[in-house]
Amino acid sequence: MAREKTLTLKINGRRETATLPSHRTLLEALRGMGHVEVKSGCEKGDCGACAVLVDGAAVDSCLTLAWTVEGRAITTVAGLGDADSPHPLQQAFADTGAAQCGYCTPGLIVAAQSMLNDNPDPDEDDIRLALGGNLCRCTGYTKVFEAVGQAAMAMKARGGDS
Amino acid sequence: MLGEFDLEIPDSIEEALELLAADDAPAPLAGGTNMLVDMRAGGTRPERVVSLARLEGVRWIAERDGRIAVGGGTTVSDLLQDERIAEHGASLVGAARVFAGQMVRNTATVAGNVAYGSPAADLVPPLMALDAGVTLMSKSASRTVPLADYFTGYRQTVRKPDELIAEISWPKRGAGMADLFYKLARRKGDAITVTGVAVSLALAGGKCAGVRIALGAVAPVVMRARKAEAMLDGQAPDAALIEAAARQAAQECDPIDDVRASAEYRRHTVHMLVRRLVGQAVEHLR
Repeated sequence: MAREKTLTLKINGRRETATLPSHRTLLEALRGMGHVEVKSGCEKGDCGACAVLVDGAAVDSCLTLAWTVEGRAITTVAGLGDADSPHPLQQAFADTGAAQCGYCTPGLIVAAQSMLNDNPDPDEDDIRLALGGNLCRCTGYTKVFEAVGQAAMAMKARGGDS
Repeated sequence: MLGEFDLEIPDSIEEALELLAADDAPAPLAGGTNMLVDMRAGGTRPERVVSLARLEGVRWIAERDGRIAVGGGTTVSDLLQDERIAEHGASLVGAARVFAGQMVRNTATVAGNVAYGSPAADLVPPLMALDAGVTLMSKSASRTVPLADYFTGYRQTVRKPDELIAEISWPKRGAGMADLFYKLARRKGDAITVTGVAVSLALAGGKCAGVRIALGAVAPVVMRARKAEAMLDGQAPDAALIEAAARQAAQECDPIDDVRASAEYRRHTVHMLVRRLVGQAVEHLR
């Protein structure tokens, strides 16, 4: 059977077509298609820098074969909001100074959104559990937890806006 | 980068089993959180891969015939969001909470954690202490194997190349039973287990019954400390007996030195953790 195929991926609400070999990971595919907000870190599921949402649940895109997510809703951090219209998580990360070098930030925001999709009212334990797969080597976790807590409250106040 | 391979993505278990029945024995790939890492490191180089990621009707949790059952596609995250699992497998929920990180839990399947056969697989000690059975299905047959008999050696299992884990189930828990799990590791999340201990027991008339002690990461396979279990079964557990059983469990295991801990330390922690968990279970039931 063929080892290459042309498939349509639904990325941040838009359909994009790419011809990809079967061993191409979603991480490699996304970055190759210009979605460089998705970061490549450990490439073995330890660091969470490459996290994206697939149908609302965060996964490590480095451990996802691109062929297997054809037709699914893929959301990167850029699909949540941008500088002009930031998502409450993005706003809270900026407000609290929850980023230092910023490399882990896209994955952290995606992981936090995944948790909020299931649990809009997390306590600190829930937040820590949800972000346990995201490594920040500038050691900025305290402000990250603060930011996620703030964003959750802001989103609740706005009526579950995501 | 991953090496090249042929990839098929069936959408039914029947189709997947048909593909696996081929003579060239393609490799089934569930969540991929272990196997893709292995493949990238060059540890496994399958020519042909059958992805189970798009199978329909395999991700479920059910309560039937006095048992709790999870489907082959049920993820680790799914265990954290189900009341029946919480009620009938507290130790399993405990293991799921300290299983890697959220993204891996969202992808990794319970069946994959079992099938991979790692002695450090976090869900296996609690499932073994819960007396779980593994239902394997092939194109032509289906069989159920006790999880305690599933592993035959380091990363070796009884699963044949044409079989998939269709479900994993265990008896519902009743009043007077307790099950606990503890993972000793560098951190609570995103860490590989140094020592994992699961204990399940009942107290009836002040005496221990149905004692199960399952040990992870301290032998080539997840194992039961059967002699330690036998010391407790039918006895009224006091501190001296619990200490003796914990010592026995530490003797029964067969740990190695590795990058995470020495064999001596692992053995010591089996002693301490079995004593602690049996004590807590007894305490909880009194």
